[in-house]
Amino acid sequence: MAAKREALSDKIAIDMTPMIDVVFQLITFFMLTLRTVITEGDFDIRMPLGASAGAAAEDQLPPVRVKMTAGPEGERTSLTMNGQPIGDFEELRRRIIDLVGAGPGSAADKAEVELDCDPNLSYDNVIRAVTAVSGQVQPDGTVVELIKKIKFAPPKKK
Amino acid sequence: MARRHSDGPTKTDIDMTPMIDMTFQLITFFVFTLNFSTAVQDDRVQLPMSQLAKPAEGPSVEPITLQLMSDGRVIYAGEPVSLQEIGGYLENEKRVMIASNKEPNSATVIVRADGRSKTGDVQDLIKACQEKGFEKFVLRAQYDESK
Repeated sequence: MAAKREALSDKIAIDMTPMIDVVFQLITFFMLTLRTVITEGDFDIRMPLGASAGAAAEDQLPPVRVKMTAGPEGERTSLTMNGQPIGDFEELRRRIIDLVGAGPGSAADKAEVELDCDPNLSYDNVIRAVTAVSGQVQPDGTVVELIKKIKFAPPKKK
Repeated sequence: MARRHSDGPTKTDIDMTPMIDMTFQLITFFVFTLNFSTAVQDDRVQLPMSQLAKPAEGPSVEPITLQLMSDGRVIYAGEPVSLQEIGGYLENEKRVMIASNKEPNSATVIVRADGRSKTGDVQDLIKACQEKGFEKFVLRAQYDESK
């Protein structure tokens, strides 16, 4: 007995086993609940019930009509803005900036874009067009907002 | 040395400290990466990329997520449904909203459409929602970090 007490006073051995058990349980739980979430974002589109019933504000600019046609595979064959042909989405963005201006005092909040797309068009192009008209990413990462009001033209009958 | 041998088999003490250190580091990592968000994501839909697709500040009001696959079918509540049948499911959504004293036009329909799907299908889906009285739509895209 005396010998044992002497040994104890040297070093108190804590039994690590339950702690390690619990810790491993925790790790397992967190590993299994781990979900990698991809960053996603939304673009608002205005689709009021009556296609043209939405009462236009007094100082509302006429809608900018962006038209895209598609080939048989859904690829984009043409891009026009108010009837004028446009090469790519970067040019579309420049034209929008020319039209409404960018930054403070721009007319972007009064403008509206109407997307007129072939039903066959690959949806990817729609998002690229929406991206082009709704803002511009500056080199320092800030975003200059352009036109926020976007709507689809009524779908054409197939 | 000789004395130690005479003790017979000794108990080897493994130093637990580095293992516990590492284990706690792991726990901390997993705790911080724990995500409670209920955002609907599905591997069957490959969202188009956009540099402006920054996540919204707050969660959407009354969200209804509709996912359009590239073959034109809609994933509703985890099951693929054809575009023609989606109207019935939307009718249910509308009834649930009315039963809980909410107007269908207060709901936000989140359209998660595959980048390869047809624009006509997206428009048909939006039209089907409009027929049931849903008015607020958002198009969801994946944030493009390149550039």
